[in-house]
Amino acid sequence: MTTDVANAPAEEAPAPRRKASAIRGALRNPSVIIGGVIVLLIALLSIAAPRLGTIDPAEINPAFRNKKPGAERTIRNDDGTQSKYEHRFGTDSLGRDVYSRVIYGGRVSLIIGVTVAALSIAIGLIIGMIAGYIRWLDGPIMRVMDGLMAIPAILLAMGVVSLSRAGLMAVVIAILIPEVPRVVRLVRAIVLSIREEPYVEAAITLGTPTPVLLFRHVLPNTIAPLIVQATFICASAILVEAILSFLGIGIPPDVPTWGNIMAEGRSLFRVYPHNILYPGIFLALAVLAINMLGDGLRDTLDPRFAKRV
Amino acid sequence: MLSPATRTVLDVRNMTVELPSGADRKYAVENINISVKAGEIVCVVGESGSGKSVTAFNVMGLLPRGLKTTQGQILLEDDEDVLKASPERLRDLRGTRMAMIFQEPMTALNPVMRVGEQIAEVLQIHTDMSGAERRKRVLEMLKLVHLPDPERLIDAYPHQVSGGQRQRIMIAAALTLDPGLLIADEPTTALDVTTQARILQLVREMQERRGTGVLFITHDFGVVAEIADRVVVMQKGHVVEQGTRDEILRRPQQPYTKMLIASVPSIKPPPYVAPRGDVILSAKRLNKTYGKKGFLFGGGRVVHAVKDVDLDVRRGETLGIVGESGSGKSTVARCISRLVEPTSGHIEIAGQDMSKLSSTGLRDLRRTVQVVFQDPYRSLNPRRQIGASIIEGPMNFGLSRADAVARARRLMGEVGLSPDALDRYPHQFSGGQRQRICIARALAMEPLLLIGDEPVSALDVSVQAQVLELLAEVKKKFDLALLFITHDLRVAAQICDRVAVMKQGEIVEQGTAEALFANPQHPYTKELFDAAPGRDFMATLEPVA
Repeated sequence: MTTDVANAPAEEAPAPRRKASAIRGALRNPSVIIGGVIVLLIALLSIAAPRLGTIDPAEINPAFRNKKPGAERTIRNDDGTQSKYEHRFGTDSLGRDVYSRVIYGGRVSLIIGVTVAALSIAIGLIIGMIAGYIRWLDGPIMRVMDGLMAIPAILLAMGVVSLSRAGLMAVVIAILIPEVPRVVRLVRAIVLSIREEPYVEAAITLGTPTPVLLFRHVLPNTIAPLIVQATFICASAILVEAILSFLGIGIPPDVPTWGNIMAEGRSLFRVYPHNILYPGIFLALAVLAINMLGDGLRDTLDPRFAKRV
Repeated sequence: MLSPATRTVLDVRNMTVELPSGADRKYAVENINISVKAGEIVCVVGESGSGKSVTAFNVMGLLPRGLKTTQGQILLEDDEDVLKASPERLRDLRGTRMAMIFQEPMTALNPVMRVGEQIAEVLQIHTDMSGAERRKRVLEMLKLVHLPDPERLIDAYPHQVSGGQRQRIMIAAALTLDPGLLIADEPTTALDVTTQARILQLVREMQERRGTGVLFITHDFGVVAEIADRVVVMQKGHVVEQGTRDEILRRPQQPYTKMLIASVPSIKPPPYVAPRGDVILSAKRLNKTYGKKGFLFGGGRVVHAVKDVDLDVRRGETLGIVGESGSGKSTVARCISRLVEPTSGHIEIAGQDMSKLSSTGLRDLRRTVQVVFQDPYRSLNPRRQIGASIIEGPMNFGLSRADAVARARRLMGEVGLSPDALDRYPHQFSGGQRQRICIARALAMEPLLLIGDEPVSALDVSVQAQVLELLAEVKKKFDLALLFITHDLRVAAQICDRVAVMKQGEIVEQGTAEALFANPQHPYTKELFDAAPGRDFMATLEPVA
């Protein structure tokens, strides 16, 4: 059929440098650029939070509750002098500065997003490779994964959090557990198709030990789809964390996270919408940017997958 | 019928198609002229990349994106220039005045539409027949292409019919509205040889009965000899030579045509010389069954892929296993190389029993049995330099990197490649070169038995001849036993000392190539021989020097 057409230019063509061109292609993709820049900005904001004109995000000021954005008050500095401070995003019902809380809140979200993505990829990769390559373990492992996927994520999270002390670790584990099966499925599917490739069979006939074979011939094929998957997991973890915090079962309410700020502002939403508006914008922007980054990376790193979706 | 000899149904004049910049050459096809008269089969032959498919697709107005026709005309029945037709007009022309059948009947049919509906679609679009009339016409067409039980088949889904039947359905759909021109793009390449013979016969019959002009794209000179009236030889986008079948096949003028024809393996095997080496491989009552044991649901269906197969191969000898797809020939190879576990049976390699091996013993087997696979594009890891692929095996068995590299460099020379190419990646090589690399990789293990699992089926005929030559050469030089799996009798004739014919998991006939080819005994072997395209014609060819 069209193989003639497709092969004609490829035959004996000079070598394009695969890796370099893949990275360059990604950097030329508009959604990678836009998404990447926004993610980078949010990350920088969170890291540099203390230097961005914030005050202690946990400081309660009962006298200055529910102020609209732009309200000013005088605060006492550490050295005893006084200065004016403008509550750019207003204050919440305990008089805490929403601007500082939103900026600091980004730290928790990003830490959770990145940690969950990294851990779920690492765990899912190992389990998926085993399930895909060792045939007799495939059935048992995948049934366990199916079972995990059948538990509603939020319920599971509630269970985990109520069993342990609420905190970052508990939330990470709670979000991690339902994400792992998705990675396992992805990796297993890739391994199943790659293990049929003649070059893998050739490696078997060359006596290559199984661990080496998996690492050398199978693993590299999973990297591009996993990078893409990692961005989606990161975005979804940030969202789930916000949901858990909003429901009051995530990070303790004194720690500023976007979900906590919104939960706190919920009761007075009609009167003081800024309490939900600002963290909401940041949350939406972060998730959108990470998803755009992921979409763009998928288009450039994993064109086969992009066409299928 | 109109006087078929005079009417021209297709006239391609001075057509040039430009490739996108960055391709290896400027034009996909350059300034080519091809014409097809009514009732005539014109075969376009050429190797991959010769531009034959581009030509066919351009006639249908289906040029892939990125390619542009820069000059020329494509005249249908002398009056309609396809290149000037609007997309709407093109849609009208397809089906009514020209039609096409493709290489992969599996993918050319829509898997979720009934067979009858797909044929009726043509009628629905181009005519105002009622549903009942359409059904009647479809049934007629199914009968015409000799499909069994048209009443049942019309409501079947594509996965319920065989590959050959699908191609018949494609032909029925293409010919429903009696187009003047039928374009066939390698329509039998994906089919077994016996099915191919029947499809070729059908194309011939349709063309004779209806006076259709056929533009038949193929790479197989056997097929050309079988059905062509005239032949167009293409190379790298140019028409090298064209003429009647006899002119091209018996008296080729151009060196390229001569080379192509000389590369076609002759069906006469060389005289048999009994090998004196000791037995390297001996397989007794080898069985492999596939099937589910039926855990919880269903199961119970057992497929006997290999049934009581006995084989032995001596040092310096080539045993060919010939059979059609699904005959179990590849499974035999995979059992012997232990890529799959045989269900039962006894395998001895160099006198050592391999059937009851521990995993360490299996590693030693890996060293003595090596495989060259069919698809050269997939049998090398695309992410690794070919040097890394070649030294992987020896280093698994404790050879130092320096020694392994030295061995790889020597073997690269042995297979006709430059030792300096070791640090290149597979995509920098052509198919034939990759197959050479795979042979080098296998030889690096210093095996006793080399298994070729259709190692030349994916290659162009001229490259195929070179790789076969190389295999014969290394077999001699390294004193190997060679087990050669192929579906192509001509290839088997060229390289094998002895041949085993397999059908449905069993060896139906086994003997020296010379005796088997001269006087096949089993009815199935005879059928295979009769089906080999262009057999009678090719046998009468003078060997081209």
